[in-house]
Amino acid sequence: MRLELNDVTLTYPDGDGRLTALDRVSLAVPGGGLTAVVGPSGSGKSSLLAVAATLIRPDSGTVAVDGVRVEGLAPGRLAELRRRRIGIVFQQPNLLASLTAAEQLQVMAQIDGRSPRKARPRALELLEAVGLADLADRRPHQLSGGQRQRVNIARALMNDPAVLLVDEPTSALDHERGSAVIDLIARLTREQGTATVLVTHDRAHLGAADRVAEVFDGRLRVPEPTG
Amino acid sequence: MFVAWRDLRFAKGRFALIGAVIVLITLLVGMLSGLTAGLARENVSAVTGLPADMIAFSGSGGDGGPSFSDSAVTERQWRRWAQEPGVESAEPLGVATTKAEAGDGNADGAIAAVSVFGVRPGGGLGPVPDGFGGDSAVLSEGAAEDLGAAEGDTVTVAGRELTVTEVRGDASFSHTPVVWTSLEAWQGIAPPSGPADPSDGSGGADGGGTATVIALTTDGGPDTDAAAADTDERAGTTTVTKADSLAAIGSYTSENGSLQLMRGFLFAISALVIGAFFTVWTIQRGPDVAVLKALGASTGTLLRDALGQALVLLVGGTAAGTAAAAALGAAVSGSDVPFVLTPGTVLAPAAVMVALGALGAAMSVRRITSVDPLTALGSAR
Repeated sequence: MRLELNDVTLTYPDGDGRLTALDRVSLAVPGGGLTAVVGPSGSGKSSLLAVAATLIRPDSGTVAVDGVRVEGLAPGRLAELRRRRIGIVFQQPNLLASLTAAEQLQVMAQIDGRSPRKARPRALELLEAVGLADLADRRPHQLSGGQRQRVNIARALMNDPAVLLVDEPTSALDHERGSAVIDLIARLTREQGTATVLVTHDRAHLGAADRVAEVFDGRLRVPEPTG
Repeated sequence: MFVAWRDLRFAKGRFALIGAVIVLITLLVGMLSGLTAGLARENVSAVTGLPADMIAFSGSGGDGGPSFSDSAVTERQWRRWAQEPGVESAEPLGVATTKAEAGDGNADGAIAAVSVFGVRPGGGLGPVPDGFGGDSAVLSEGAAEDLGAAEGDTVTVAGRELTVTEVRGDASFSHTPVVWTSLEAWQGIAPPSGPADPSDGSGGADGGGTATVIALTTDGGPDTDAAAADTDERAGTTTVTKADSLAAIGSYTSENGSLQLMRGFLFAISALVIGAFFTVWTIQRGPDVAVLKALGASTGTLLRDALGQALVLLVGGTAAGTAAAAALGAAVSGSDVPFVLTPGTVLAPAAVMVALGALGAAMSVRRITSVDPLTALGSAR
């Protein structure tokens, strides 16, 4: 398994007590597999994603990314793990205003200590894969919402991650564009062999997932694989 | 610097604005530094140019410290200093500010305020190594220009006619050009008033001072300070280094202090302005920083990027401001404006500007360390 969460519990301070966001959650995602996580707002979906992305340390339980256990890793090592083995597709595209579409991808090479210039061919290749080959030199304000989300997806794949974490990618898109984005993520998951977790509240897009896990009040239920 | 360079290009307006502020502050600091040095030169160059390393003043110095205007040393005092071990030479120096007139005083010659420096012929303090005696004078270029006098002319100083034997150097003292003459002539022009210090052992037999201060050249041995203090006590003098003696020129202390205070405020203002700009800029960039951190950028990489951006801005703005200051300084330095254009007056302030600006920027961009990458997920909490 490329992503494994075992018995993960996460709580937040809540007044005098603590709120349980994740309650003994276990999830294993193989390479090339797309697992959708659904649930109502506040159920713990994004907390699950944040723990998997190593952005929050759980109170208990273990997390392994591409075979690397993350407990006890220093912040610097966690950052290295994120840039080399984890791709994150944000809910909002979160593109940098000063960078073109290609540069949004090239910056991933730069933060990994590699030459952004040498990374440009790979960036163009990925932009072509998401259907934006002709828009490589456009800045975010020159792109539509769907195009920005595609750049967001391509950026997540720039460093060939083992794990792809996708956070509500269709929340700002209409149904047609949302479906296109989900289909794109499913296709890239197969092509790139990533272990993909897709967090969404929109059940209309679940057909593309290999299986659907449901989270409610911090508890995760993983039914039989779909399709 | 990948993102930093692109931010600089993308937010041209904002960076141009702060860049212009840096240019203007640097220009102001550069001009003020040149002016400060120029005014200081007009104030002290005659003293700093003396071939001596210590200056002895009469008396204990009082609460306000020694003063050129109050000091009057006796012959006995400078002879005592001359006999001290470690003292290679002790030369009396008379200093007085008065009016001089070109010609014999009966014609309508040019009148100028000058500082008359009286030295012993052959004593080595004046600009002419072999000295000059009697009623002869060596004019500094400023005095010659102000008086319209040249070699062979006569100038009248406080009613005493002096023959100009040479025009040499550009020494000035307390913003007046220097007229060098013999100690004997100086004593006739500005005889020191008041009785000699009884502690000099003369019992007042000298009847008055013979000069203003004693210029000392020592061997610079390790016991120089202790020996000087000992001799001061016995001779009734106060001895300070030549550099410290500049504080004994009243106008220099107040003038230089005010200008240095202004310069210091400008440095502080520039650091604060740059710090404020980068504080706002870093806060604005907070969401971008959170995204980059979530994507795996290390805090060190982000700090280097932000500091590099600040340095580009600082170095660029300071270089432009320094070039403008140098150009303006070159334009005015030949005029009546006292302006000194040297690496020390132009490059040194620029280096301080960059260093303090970088410090201000560093204090601001360190908030990058506290940006939580989790905020990039938006709905994680």
